[in-house]
Amino acid sequence: MTDEPLLRVTALSKYYGSRIGCEDISFDLWPGEVLAVVGESGSGKTTLLNCLATRLLPTSGTASYRMRDNQWRDLYRMSEAERRFLMRTDWGFVHQNPADGLRMTVSAGANVGERLMAIGDRHYGNIRSTAVDWLGRVEIDEERIDDEPRAFSGGMRQRLQIARNLVTGPRLVFMDEPTGGLDVSVQARLLDLLRGLVTDLGLAAIVVTHDLAVARLLSQRMMVMKDGHVVESGLTDRVLDDPRAPYTQLLVSSILQV
Amino acid sequence: MATPLIVSEVAKAFTMHLRGGIRLPVVANVSFSIRAGECAVLGGPSGAGKSSILKMVYGNYGVDQGQIIVDHHGQLVDLATANPRTVLAVRRDTIGYVSQFLRTVPRVSALDVVAEPLVARGTARDEAHARASELLGRLNLPERLWSLPPATFSGGEQQRVNIARGFITDHPVLLLDEPTASLDATNREVVISLIEEKKLRGTALLGIFHDADVREAVADRIVDVTTFAAGKAAA
Amino acid sequence: MTTAATEIATYNFAYLDEQTKRMIRRAILKGIAIPGYQVPFASREMPMPYGWGTGGVQVTAAIIGPDDVLKVIDQGADDTTNAVSIRAFFQKVADVAVTTETAKATIIQTRHRIPEHPLTAGQTLVYQVPIPEPLRFLEPRETETRKMHALEEYGLMHVKLYEDIARHGRIATTYAYPVKVEGRYVMDPSPTPKFDNPKMHMSPALQLFGAGREKRIYAVPPFTRVVSLDFEDHPFEIQTFDQPCALCGAEQVYLDEVILDDKGGHMFVCSDTDHCEKRQACGHRGHLAPEALEPAQ
Repeated sequence: MTDEPLLRVTALSKYYGSRIGCEDISFDLWPGEVLAVVGESGSGKTTLLNCLATRLLPTSGTASYRMRDNQWRDLYRMSEAERRFLMRTDWGFVHQNPADGLRMTVSAGANVGERLMAIGDRHYGNIRSTAVDWLGRVEIDEERIDDEPRAFSGGMRQRLQIARNLVTGPRLVFMDEPTGGLDVSVQARLLDLLRGLVTDLGLAAIVVTHDLAVARLLSQRMMVMKDGHVVESGLTDRVLDDPRAPYTQLLVSSILQV
Repeated sequence: MATPLIVSEVAKAFTMHLRGGIRLPVVANVSFSIRAGECAVLGGPSGAGKSSILKMVYGNYGVDQGQIIVDHHGQLVDLATANPRTVLAVRRDTIGYVSQFLRTVPRVSALDVVAEPLVARGTARDEAHARASELLGRLNLPERLWSLPPATFSGGEQQRVNIARGFITDHPVLLLDEPTASLDATNREVVISLIEEKKLRGTALLGIFHDADVREAVADRIVDVTTFAAGKAAA
Repeated sequence: MTTAATEIATYNFAYLDEQTKRMIRRAILKGIAIPGYQVPFASREMPMPYGWGTGGVQVTAAIIGPDDVLKVIDQGADDTTNAVSIRAFFQKVADVAVTTETAKATIIQTRHRIPEHPLTAGQTLVYQVPIPEPLRFLEPRETETRKMHALEEYGLMHVKLYEDIARHGRIATTYAYPVKVEGRYVMDPSPTPKFDNPKMHMSPALQLFGAGREKRIYAVPPFTRVVSLDFEDHPFEIQTFDQPCALCGAEQVYLDEVILDDKGGHMFVCSDTDHCEKRQACGHRGHLAPEALEPAQ
């Protein structure tokens, strides 16, 4: 662990008119750390994620990111060109619906290779072998490299989306309900795969989920959100095993035991 | 002799917001310390709060009052107030924990589960695997199981994986939550000798053992949890 | 008749009114100033359907003067319906001289070809463009493609070429092959065969592109670098033909396949009719040229 965080969020608020999206959110995220943001629909967790990923502009507050050259940059004061470059190199964004994050009409190989081509890789053979390698890492058969994701199952699509995001070796990945639309058995495989990749690559990640099992498996730290506010935060196992806020207790007690 | 863990006037209660906010006091005024090379055993009947104390020391339960001071790389850290990142660092390097049940992760082999704490601290994978094999061997876990994920193992097998995982590192403080509960006599003996070895190496151990034989064998001192009963402190 | 003709209302010179021509000229100038950049313009209705070259016609109308000599080709041919109609249109509305000879023309409006005869300084080549956006294939949002051009995010263009190689083992795009202009903007050269792409590079002629339905004008000024996109291990290559033109015997030109009968008979001939006729007039003969056929008959 390094001495400096990767992301610093200070008093971040987003209002939709007079309605609160999220309000007064502050936290630091360190390299290699996975933060789960949990809460029910409408709790503001996705608004927060979109603000952090600069897909939404917050109403107030700041978020600073430590670039690869160790310079701190205010995310909301970067030029669009810089921000987009950051988003396709040093960041990843895994959407709940893989169709939102993939190009459904180009092959799996090109989906993985796009980021490489975007940063100037011009050697077909190298791009393809990198794509093969990444398909392997997300457990997609190499033979499917020229198939379009339209022909893939939901779980495969999600794994392809992950490979597409990780191919440039990002340091920070945003995930919005990464296992949301999947069957339970498929979820388990994806989660396990994600956990392995996050550990092996030392990724920092912010994972928005309503599923506490996902939070438990992936994250070291979590924030519980309700009505746009963080009601409880701390070590994931502490929050889940000794929930203190009324809402967290409700969440934890609502898990069905198998 | 060094005292790597000092628990001072710790209190803990659960507030059950879903049941009208009733407050369930667990323990109060918990104070004890453990020296290096010593094995202290939390004693008292079920429900006295033994497990809660262990979990507070590991940072798994929040602490309402008091301090839990641990010597982390020569720095004194108060786990009662430490931020999550510090708690994680303490867990990685200073406080080990053998829980009662193994939280299995699908598709990770027993050998990797055991080796993981070493790998996390930067030990080479090969070396970590060698140490893990040695421990699993000592604990008589059949070698054919090593490459399998422990999810399908029996309770005793899982517990031995858990013990190996806890004992593989040389954390200065090791917490043991009924590590012998589902073991046969042979393996209990193995655990007793593992604990003895830790003590000789200067590890401070804090444990819960319902098995009287094991408790007799390893305990240097019994910390009587009934004296920390929350009601008593309030009285 | 002649007296009456001076009194009834006539079309403005070159059909478009002066304000419209001014607007188009400004778009053209902007296009020349930013090579390869697609300049939006207020495309007008023209007396022909979209897809028949309304963009090219508006560009030509905006730049043509009484002294110009116009050549119009369609797939390299001067004698197809589209070429004949547009040539007739400008004869009628601008009363300009027309020609089929590449060397004599000052303005050449083209659909799908660049003439084989090298263009020279002072000539202007006007391309009819159906879809000006090279990124459209993979990105349907105009807001996004404009941003990608602005920020020079062209990775997507290579995704298209990657797909070609993945599916066909080589870059199978044979027309509308994307180019990078002066090291900055990626541009669709209109559906010309990629055979013609090298002719765009450092051409002494001015090249203007008009897309009527899509309301875009872009330009490649004379002596501008035009580089076809490719991969290091799959470099850009033009089409080659394994036989010369059946009529004039020309090699290293772009050939069209012409079906001769319903028994599979066919021949390959110059797509550029002017070039082919010129060569035949100079005595060049292919193996199916009339003089060559006669002895056999």
